[in-house]
Amino acid sequence: MSRNPSAAAAFTAEGEIVRFENVSMRYGEGPEVLSALDFGLAPGSFHFVTGSSGAGKTSLLRLISLAARPTQGRIEIFGQDAARAGAKTRPALKRRIGVVFQDLLLLDHLSVFDNAALPLRISGGRPSDYRADVAELLNWVGLGGRMDSLPPTLAGGEQQRLAIARAVVNRPEILLADEPTGNVDHEMALRIFRLFVELNRLGTTVLIATHDQDLVARSARPVLHLDKGKMTFRPAQAAP
Amino acid sequence: MSDFNAAKWRPAPLLPKDGSRSGSLLFVVATLCFLACLTAIAVIASDRAARGWVGQLDGEATVIVRPRRGETPDAAAARAAEALAGVTGVAEARALEPQKAYDLIRPWLGDISDLEDLPVPRLVAVTLDRKAPADAARLAQALKAQDLDASVDDHSLWIKDIRRSANLARGLGAVVFLLIAGAAGAVVAFATQAGLAGRRDVVEVLHLSGAEDSYIASLFQLRFARMAAIGGVIGAGVAAGLGAVLRLAGGAQGLTPALPIAWSDLAVALACPLAAALVAAVAARLTASALIRDME
Repeated sequence: MSRNPSAAAAFTAEGEIVRFENVSMRYGEGPEVLSALDFGLAPGSFHFVTGSSGAGKTSLLRLISLAARPTQGRIEIFGQDAARAGAKTRPALKRRIGVVFQDLLLLDHLSVFDNAALPLRISGGRPSDYRADVAELLNWVGLGGRMDSLPPTLAGGEQQRLAIARAVVNRPEILLADEPTGNVDHEMALRIFRLFVELNRLGTTVLIATHDQDLVARSARPVLHLDKGKMTFRPAQAAP
Repeated sequence: MSDFNAAKWRPAPLLPKDGSRSGSLLFVVATLCFLACLTAIAVIASDRAARGWVGQLDGEATVIVRPRRGETPDAAAARAAEALAGVTGVAEARALEPQKAYDLIRPWLGDISDLEDLPVPRLVAVTLDRKAPADAARLAQALKAQDLDASVDDHSLWIKDIRRSANLARGLGAVVFLLIAGAAGAVVAFATQAGLAGRRDVVEVLHLSGAEDSYIASLFQLRFARMAAIGGVIGAGVAAGLGAVLRLAGGAQGLTPALPIAWSDLAVALACPLAAALVAAVAARLTASALIRDME
């Protein structure tokens, strides 16, 4: 990966919240989907991950969210070696990361409220301590009137917003989103993007994988571009 | 507008209800637990019967006394009983009434009127000391010392066959029990795995959301252990009920001498729900752990 001097925010070794060192990944005996990645993310930064289908965007997010392990190299998340993190530490690290999955992964048998509250429940919180926060968040993402609905009864955009609400309800330090605007119209895409910007302003490190070049161009944010598993860095451009 | 009240919200169960699938699973587990319990009761009862037979034969001997010239059969038998009673290792020796001997040979000769006129030898029943029984040689020596024409049957011919038969019955029963218990365990484990694999979505979401492996496994452990325990209670209850009916119908001796069911035998059913729940819990934990491992 090329190291652009203007990309200081992305490559500051000190105080990075995510650090990849010579990281490669393959699934089983298949070809490498990510090759020798070296990069870092500063706390509070906002990056896009771009690339064509199969370029390795989802695999990159899976590695950062600790949903997968690298074949080679070292990954540090919150200053801890992710590969060496034990059975107790890995879940604790995961709980500090919010993820909007490409296929949303909502639990169809649970209500909107239960889905959104899931990370808080897993963290061991008492319902009385977080009920109000969950309700407020669902109102904020426009699902205040659908709290007891089941996900299959929601429209695509509503499901997307529910997945986002679940990802941020725990106030994660890192927010990863995989094609969060893939199934929604342009208006909804902008609303979702503004939500991410707002979270970023509050201090969350945001990394969004997207095909939406228009969104990337308008946002004026730095880009980690993947091509056949290799990464290049594109600094933020002024918004048109 | 929804009338949902967030202030009254309570977390819903993380695992969805399994519906009809859990019903059929429950039936299979209950049936296998029933068979396992019934086999266990039968094995325990037949083992008791076998031990009883061997114990009876081990502790007894029969002496056939033939009177010498000038001596009546009854006198010879009384003399033999007296001689044997004094032998170390003999608890009791008593001459059987002639009628007993006639009863023993009647099945072979038929119901003939002049049976009593035949020179039927007299029998002496010897009860041996359980702790240190006298052997056949010692009994024969005591009889010879009294100049008695007698032969000792210590049942050694029979006892070997009966012991072998009893051991065979015991072994077969144990094998059948182990097979059924193993099949029950395998079905519980398989059903648990199938049920858990069908809820892969829940495992995945919980895992990715930072739930610890033990938290995820405990959800499934609880669900399947509960189902297996209920199946175990039903199966064991029906088996114990059937055992109780057999005990009531047959009394202490059972319906047949080969199956003398005791009330205490039914206690074996108590372990069944626990064993089924344990198997399901272990299977759920192992399967959940394997599923989670596969996800990374």
